[in-house]
Amino acid sequence: MSSTTTLTEVHWFFACKTDDVPLNGGVCVKYKEEQIALFHFSRREEWYATQNMCPHKHQMALSRGMIGTQNGEPKVACPFHKKTFSLEDGRCLSDDAECSLKTYPVKIEEDRVYIGFYGGFDKLSLTSV
Amino acid sequence: MKVVVIGNGMVGYKFCEKLVAKFEPGTYSLTVFGEEPRPAYDRVHLSEFFSGKSAVDLLMAPANWYADNNITLHTGDPVKEINREQKTILSHKGLIVDYDYLVLATGSAAFVPPIPGVDKKGVFLYRTIEDLEMMTAHASKAKRGAVIGGGLLGLEAAKAMIDLGVTDTHVIEFAPRLMPRQIDDSGSKILQSKLETLGLTIFTNKNTSCITGDESITGMQFSDGTSIDVDMLVISAGIKPRDELAKAAGLETGPRGGIVVNEKMQTTDETIFAIGECALFNSMIYGLVAPGYEMAEVVVATLSAAEKAFSGFDMSTKLKLIGVDVASFGDPFVPATDCRTVVFEDTMKGVYKRINISTDGKYLLGGVLIGDAAAYNMLLQTTKNKVALPENPEDILLGSRGGDAPQGAGVAGLPADAVICSCEGITKGAICTAVEAGNETLDSVKKCTKAATCCGGCAPMVKDIITYTLKSQGKYIRNVVCEHFNYSRQELYDLIRIKKIKSYDDVLDELGHGDGCEVCKPVVASILASLWNEMILVKGNDTAQDSNDRYLANIQKGGTYSVVPRIPGGEITPEKLIVIGEVAKKYNLYTKITGGQRIDLFGAHVSDLPAIWEELIAAGFESGHAYGKALRTVKSCVGSTWCRFGLHDSVSFAIQIEERYRGLRAPHKIKSAVSGCIRECAEAQSKDFGIIATERGWNLYVGGNGGSKPQHAILLAADLDNETCIKYIDRFLMFYIKTADPLTRTATWLNKLEGGMDYLRNVVINDSLGINAELEAEMQSLVDNYKCEWKEVVDNPELRKRFNHFVNAPEEKDPSIQFEMMRDQKKAAGWG
Ligand SMILES: Cc1cc2nc3c(=O)[nH]c(=O)nc-3n(C[C@H](O)[C@H](O)[C@H](O)COP(=O)(O)OP(=O)(O)OC[C@H]3O[C@@H](n4cnc5c(N)ncnc54)[C@H](O)[C@@H]3O)c2cc1C
Ligand code: SF4
Ligand code: FES
Repeated sequence: MSSTTTLTEVHWFFACKTDDVPLNGGVCVKYKEEQIALFHFSRREEWYATQNMCPHKHQMALSRGMIGTQNGEPKVACPFHKKTFSLEDGRCLSDDAECSLKTYPVKIEEDRVYIGFYGGFDKLSLTSV
Repeated sequence: MKVVVIGNGMVGYKFCEKLVAKFEPGTYSLTVFGEEPRPAYDRVHLSEFFSGKSAVDLLMAPANWYADNNITLHTGDPVKEINREQKTILSHKGLIVDYDYLVLATGSAAFVPPIPGVDKKGVFLYRTIEDLEMMTAHASKAKRGAVIGGGLLGLEAAKAMIDLGVTDTHVIEFAPRLMPRQIDDSGSKILQSKLETLGLTIFTNKNTSCITGDESITGMQFSDGTSIDVDMLVISAGIKPRDELAKAAGLETGPRGGIVVNEKMQTTDETIFAIGECALFNSMIYGLVAPGYEMAEVVVATLSAAEKAFSGFDMSTKLKLIGVDVASFGDPFVPATDCRTVVFEDTMKGVYKRINISTDGKYLLGGVLIGDAAAYNMLLQTTKNKVALPENPEDILLGSRGGDAPQGAGVAGLPADAVICSCEGITKGAICTAVEAGNETLDSVKKCTKAATCCGGCAPMVKDIITYTLKSQGKYIRNVVCEHFNYSRQELYDLIRIKKIKSYDDVLDELGHGDGCEVCKPVVASILASLWNEMILVKGNDTAQDSNDRYLANIQKGGTYSVVPRIPGGEITPEKLIVIGEVAKKYNLYTKITGGQRIDLFGAHVSDLPAIWEELIAAGFESGHAYGKALRTVKSCVGSTWCRFGLHDSVSFAIQIEERYRGLRAPHKIKSAVSGCIRECAEAQSKDFGIIATERGWNLYVGGNGGSKPQHAILLAADLDNETCIKYIDRFLMFYIKTADPLTRTATWLNKLEGGMDYLRNVVINDSLGINAELEAEMQSLVDNYKCEWKEVVDNPELRKRFNHFVNAPEEKDPSIQFEMMRDQKKAAGWG
């Protein structure tokens, strides 16, 4: 059951207070040398986190993008060229499927927002375990 | 073959056009006598004379068309006499011309009831351009008007009076209801209350007994003892066929006028034909152009020895211009015993619809539509083509309930040979073929087929057929906003306004579904800003803004922003220039002069934006809205203050205009410019609205564009004073804001606007939609609500917080941002 063990190894990083994040919008969180885009999709009472860098032209911009849905699937649109990415699995919904986003779990405790990173403090993705 | 035509009206002209098309040149001679001073013009659109069309615009064909086609045209020379023995005619000027065939197309004159006083000054008819010229001259002095006659033409004349500025106008109808010949009682009542809301006063059952006043009219007295004061009167009490010439020549005429003709349009002399409004066929005068054109066709066929007969004509009508839809088609008055009637009535909205269905429920016989005649063409075609009705015939009136009927679905059921444009006799098949050949807009279909070029009544249906054909080719273009809103931008705009909704979330809850997206969010956010002009970053609307609007700055390569303070008219003091320089130095910004005569500061970190603006605002700057779909700049040339050619002070006017419309949110950005003379140094004609000084004021141009598809602006109005110019701009901009699709510049909007510049001019200048007061008031409230949004951010710590790059490290800047050096300034590093 390697995948369950991985999940138990999630490290929860305190990002900010819930009301630091605009309703139905995003902020950028600094995690070590990384930038994470954190979204509060308040219409759906959902939280999402992805990498902040847009894979298209490598711009640190996704946290400033508009969020919304496409056929019910939550997504974010990059402010630069409006490419859209699924907030659920990070896949690019626009055209080129190969560039996708890393996504992270989010949990809320009281008014505190935590972003989960796998494998202790390392950036391990689920598939590599 | 020698053919002489008497009368150069619409039908007389059409006859010439058809004859020329049918016969080889040299096989005939054609001579035309017209009583009016000018060649035939479009009487159907006579009222457009008041909305800026000139007599020349209205001509059916230019004067040289006749000569070019070997037609001898004598205008201003009525025929006095026909000599049937000798087969000659004698004109007023003394010309004698012999004929093999004579065509009478003398039309009709307005019927003037024998009321004492009809000859007073200020009493007019409504039939010729001269009538309208005289009305225009008189209207400037008139305050209260009246129209005798509540029929089709009378109501058109009444609307014309309002357009002429005689807003206090009465309609006096002898019958117990308006349009007694076309619509039924209930329909008339609804129509009457609709017209009353337009400002008309309506009297029915009123018989005018005399017109009072010395030389000029001052009032009217009625047989019931009442009276009113008026200083202008139009008589539109019916038409009287011009049969005097025929009568004198011994041809048979009807007891109430009209030249009797058979099905070949021959009079009792078989070499003499009568067509148009002077002809009496089966005891009936056909007072519309379409049957007149058909008669012309019959005569041309007969002359070419072809078999064609006139067999009566559909007299369905739709009223133009009045601001209220009114239509009747087929037989509106079938007695209840001979049909089933379905009636829909909504007195609140002023809508009345009635259809008469054959007793077996299979066919539509006719009906009346008031308040909403969108279905007119469809119902007319269904009647004329005997299209079998659906199982629930009321569906064609009420629309099938449940499930959206696809747009233009109705035309699919029509046979290919259904005549869509009855004026020109164009069938559905011909229109489809034109669309398939690549004519995909109404304009190009009009050019290619001539459909909808005459009375224009079939234009909506032609559009439906275009849509239908495109769709069947898989080319259908949806213009709803996105998957979350089943509305076009214009519909959304109206709904949000009516429901007074102020936030994106509420709009989505009330009018949309799902959770929104990057397409509908900025559209709705922009509508909200256009409607209410509230701070765009409050009420949760911040996250519905496009990124540039959300950060009130333009995002640039690398993730930094640019800052553009407003510099109205491009005028700036040395002190302010120094401030810009100092701010740029302090925050390490790249500076460049823009094409709109201001200064752009690039390379600002998002977290520096509030501090930068704090300093700029302290020095008297305000937001330039370079980031918004909003008014950008009003460029100006130096004008009369310095330039030796300048006629007026273009800089002052540009500043006034820029300050009026600053912050105005629109479907797309708006640019403007003011030039001090015709040399046009400010390039005003390349702007959404541009102003050029003339000797007598300002010329206002609209719909210009630079960018990738440059287009020159078109003159909207000339020689305006400052106030009128601003009034027209108010109306133009508001009308654009209300009706344009998202991200559509004024040029594209105007190109797509049906009726184009003429229509726009009619709306903005002649108030043809009756909305100008509303447009001005809306603009004024936007102007009054203006606040610099950057000042609001600078003064509000909560809003300022949103400009930090890291939510959990507010003092840190984005470390990934990199610059390179070039010509002593920085530039963004290349795309990663
Ligand atoms: C304001 C207005 C709006 C209308 N709107 C519509 C509409 O929406 N739809 C519609 O179908 N119809 C409409 N009509 C009716 C339409 O204009 C007429 O049906 C059409 O013009 C008839 O054409 P005609 O050639 O028979 O007559 P006319 O256009 O009247 O032409 C007859 C011409 O013959 C000339 N003439 C007469 N006697 C002599 C002579 N002895 N010698 C030489 N010349 C002579 C007259 O001066 C005139 O110029 C409207 C009419 C008016 C006035
Ligand atoms: S447009 Fe005319 S007034 Fe303005 S600068 Fe040019 S020449 Fe002078
Ligand atoms: S950089 Fe994000 S879409 Fe191009």
